[in-house]
Amino acid sequence: MTKTKLIQLDTLGRNISETKIQHSGYYYESFRIFRKNKVAMLSLFVIILMIFLAVAAPLVTGFDPDKQKLAERLLSPGVKGHIFGTDEFGRDIFTRCIYGCRVSLSVGIISQLIASVIGYLMGVTAGYFGKKADDIISFFIQVFSSIPFLLFAMALMYALGSGLMNLYLSLGLLSWANTARLIRGQVLTLKQQEYIQACIVNGGSSRRIIFKHLLPNCIPMLIITNTLGIPSAILTEASLSFLGLGVPSPTASWGSMISGAQTFIRTNTYYSLFPGLFIIVSVMAFNMLGDGLRDALDPKLHK
Amino acid sequence: MFRYIIKRTLLALGIIFSISLITFLILNVLPGDPVAAMLGDFADANKIKEVRHNLGLDVPLWQQYFQWISNLLKGDFGNSYFQKKSVLFLILQAFQYTSFLAVLAYVIALIVGLSMGIIAAVNHGSLIDRSLMTLSVLGISAPSFWVAILLQIYIGLNFKIFPVSGVQTPIGYVLPAIALGTRYAASIARVTRASMMEVMGQDFIRTAYAKGLGSFRIVMVHILRNALIPIITIIGADIGSLLTGSMITENVFNIPGIGKLLIDAIGKRDIPLVQGGVIYVATVCVIVYFVVDILYAVVNPNIRLGASVE
Repeated sequence: MTKTKLIQLDTLGRNISETKIQHSGYYYESFRIFRKNKVAMLSLFVIILMIFLAVAAPLVTGFDPDKQKLAERLLSPGVKGHIFGTDEFGRDIFTRCIYGCRVSLSVGIISQLIASVIGYLMGVTAGYFGKKADDIISFFIQVFSSIPFLLFAMALMYALGSGLMNLYLSLGLLSWANTARLIRGQVLTLKQQEYIQACIVNGGSSRRIIFKHLLPNCIPMLIITNTLGIPSAILTEASLSFLGLGVPSPTASWGSMISGAQTFIRTNTYYSLFPGLFIIVSVMAFNMLGDGLRDALDPKLHK
Repeated sequence: MFRYIIKRTLLALGIIFSISLITFLILNVLPGDPVAAMLGDFADANKIKEVRHNLGLDVPLWQQYFQWISNLLKGDFGNSYFQKKSVLFLILQAFQYTSFLAVLAYVIALIVGLSMGIIAAVNHGSLIDRSLMTLSVLGISAPSFWVAILLQIYIGLNFKIFPVSGVQTPIGYVLPAIALGTRYAASIARVTRASMMEVMGQDFIRTAYAKGLGSFRIVMVHILRNALIPIITIIGADIGSLLTGSMITENVFNIPGIGKLLIDAIGKRDIPLVQGGVIYVATVCVIVYFVVDILYAVVNPNIRLGASVE
């Protein structure tokens, strides 16, 4: 066959023969949209910064978060190199805020990962198998969405005892219902599509369909719901630690720091201010990141 | 409609029953012996055994559960291990404070949130709109106990009329209610703004302007009335978190509500009181959701005919 060179013109009559046609995947397109969202990019930057602070905490600050120095108790911000001052045991508040990132971020992220796994398995079982399985799981979803979240987190932490592991578990076990409900709806729609029907006709096993074909299509929804679930997990952790049911005492956590500051509102007004600001910034960042992801991952908005 | 109510009632009963089972399992499969904690370190084994028998703790777990649930149905929540009073009495006494605080906070939240939302929607795109919405993002992200402490520091300690602790006078409720309501005011403001903006773009609003109605009348009557439906929807969902949120605020302001009662009971491992408190609050929430659901069905025929269940 002889090579004929076609000249392609676009609608405005420009020669686009030499233009390389770019094929891009779903996630690349999403990233392109996400990158244009300034607020979401800023939140992502804040979150990465916080994760860096949490991981590299000993490099960022020279103080020990748990070591008590009673001679230097309740210093004002700026005194003796303590940027945010010190608490009632002479511990550096800035250092404790930084170490507090570890607790809050890990609780937020890990509890939501647990919730995703439970939520996906429950949702996909209900949506894919239907019938009795759907009835039972839908009932459980109803039960778990009517449970007052904080109240049962309190009860679970009371029963399991305070500690990081128990925080991950109890918050994860209580927050899967929303994910399951959304996944169930998604799977009900996906099940009607030709490629799933084709796979069933070809004799694909349920396990293959659930993990190979349905899971990739549910990943965007899992990412969105769980990013938006992180702020409420962080707030709940802070509330639990504030009530003394979160992480055990010497470990730095924003909630327990505010609880400690409560006694000193008359003399050290700044003490309670800083951990609260850390909570606000992290909650806001995850909320706005979640909103940005929702806009970016919605295929209807892709052009 | 009648069938829908029957169906929904059965569902609510099933949910309450499941919640009672979950509560019982969580609180009774825990390590640590409440009787040993109650009698102190020096109690001898026989005494512990005797007290366990008196409290009915030496029978199998499922028997304890059925005993507890049948007592609950008779209105008997048991007695507190430490306060030597009926659990129901303690709960009802404390719940008055909690529910009053929650209602007051929500009234404040509705007034502030609706006005913020309306002002932002009417001036959308302007500096006022942007600053109100930034404020509402801050309000949603701030934990209520932190707002409570800030209010204590900057208002309670500066203006002596607002006490920072206790509710001996009704004015003591003001700061706790603001602290608790902030979050809800912020979310109501956002929903109101979004839903008003949607209605504003519709044809009948343009018609209203075209026939020369005053803009105040259009905003307050035509737009707001149609924008209220999504706002009403979030009220039902807020109530559960409002009651539990109230429990935290109580702790900051030292109000003798359910939250204080439960936290103290948890500290002392007073199981009947914790169990009773949890099941009581959870049941109140389920009943409220149930009533709100029925009201929606009355307002919106789509729901009761099963059209939009998914």
